[in-house]
Amino acid sequence: MQVALDTVWDWLGEVPDPEIPVISLTDLGIIRDVAWDRETLIVTVTPTYSGCPATTLINLEIETALRERGVEHIRLERQLSPAWTTDWISAEGREKLKAYGIAPPVDGTAADGKTVALASRLLGQGNLVIECPRCGSTKTEKVSQFGSTPCKAAYRCKSCLEPFDYFKCI
Amino acid sequence: MTVAFTTLDPAVYADWLMRLGDNTLILGHRLSEWCGHSPVLEEDIAMANTALDLLGQTQLWLGLAGEVEGKGRTADNLAYLRDASRFRNVLLLERPNGDFGQTLMRQFLFDAFHLELLKSLQTSSDPRVVEIAGKAIKEVAYHLERSADLVIRLGDGNGESHGRMQSALDDLWPYVGELFVSDDVDKAVADAGIGPDPADMKAAWRQTVDEVLRAATLSVPGEGYVHKGGKRGVHTEHLGYILAEMQFLQRAYPGATW
Repeated sequence: MQVALDTVWDWLGEVPDPEIPVISLTDLGIIRDVAWDRETLIVTVTPTYSGCPATTLINLEIETALRERGVEHIRLERQLSPAWTTDWISAEGREKLKAYGIAPPVDGTAADGKTVALASRLLGQGNLVIECPRCGSTKTEKVSQFGSTPCKAAYRCKSCLEPFDYFKCI
Repeated sequence: MTVAFTTLDPAVYADWLMRLGDNTLILGHRLSEWCGHSPVLEEDIAMANTALDLLGQTQLWLGLAGEVEGKGRTADNLAYLRDASRFRNVLLLERPNGDFGQTLMRQFLFDAFHLELLKSLQTSSDPRVVEIAGKAIKEVAYHLERSADLVIRLGDGNGESHGRMQSALDDLWPYVGELFVSDDVDKAVADAGIGPDPADMKAAWRQTVDEVLRAATLSVPGEGYVHKGGKRGVHTEHLGYILAEMQFLQRAYPGATW
């Protein structure tokens, strides 16, 4: 039986991201398409980072969630292009990230291989103004380009002194 | 479904793709050797994450190499079951890690090249290459921002850090030339419109490198002897030790999974 695709999207919207369980796979924007091919449900997924170790787990969770809801034939397809961008994280997803203590990505600030080197030379620091997800202060500083997962950078708030993760823009 | 995008000899094409995949594999492996040993926790995490990006890219490049070759070899087969003389990475990337300064300088010199390479692969005649390069370039732009930033901080840091960065640059400089040496494989791939002639990327690379090294108050060594051979499988002894560690499990227990 072919379940309505809107329903499938709703189901996938209930599957949490394994690394950041407060947001769902659809909030993250990695589900690119859902379609029926006769009796088989095809879910097209794009990886966030090419080496993201959560990819296998995400696929398993999609399959489990759909099976639990009675879908018997499932095919997962990987789509590389267009490459995933943090622009695809939903507005709702961004609010959830912030409430969870992760500063959401600042759109349009993806690395181009030049800006930070230039900025660090001119200003002695990075060029991004990241708001502390806890106290809202913009007096924050980058501690490290990379954080606890490939998709995050480590920051520190100079007002409330708490460290936090920033979901870096790509 | 296999679509032939080119009349290029599959063996030559696969050889070239292995150069891409072996570069990311070997550098990724070297970086992962730092895991748990970095000077500070943040750098430990940064190097592990960079390694992870590179290994992800390796899966894509070696996966495509296996597909193009058409002999049923997977990315894992290629990574774990080839001998050193079949590896196509440049010698720069198999250099031992040395101190943190040497690891970082090698990373910067390669990142600057890697970004130029991926930029030019955006216009490859093979859409599969365009897809992978489009994914990888976002990650590599980020790698370059980190490595350039740190090279500047440490080069323009205190006497100790400046001295270490300068000696790292002097040690590694004879190995960068290989990145831009073109051979028959490169020429065939360039003729097919799949990839750039490496020599054409040198000016742009040099511009980035000069800009960052100037800001880092480091002096660029003069042109001298160029160590090369990795691209055609003639490696230093260091690669054998890397492979011994990396391939042990699959060699001792063929097909093992967990």
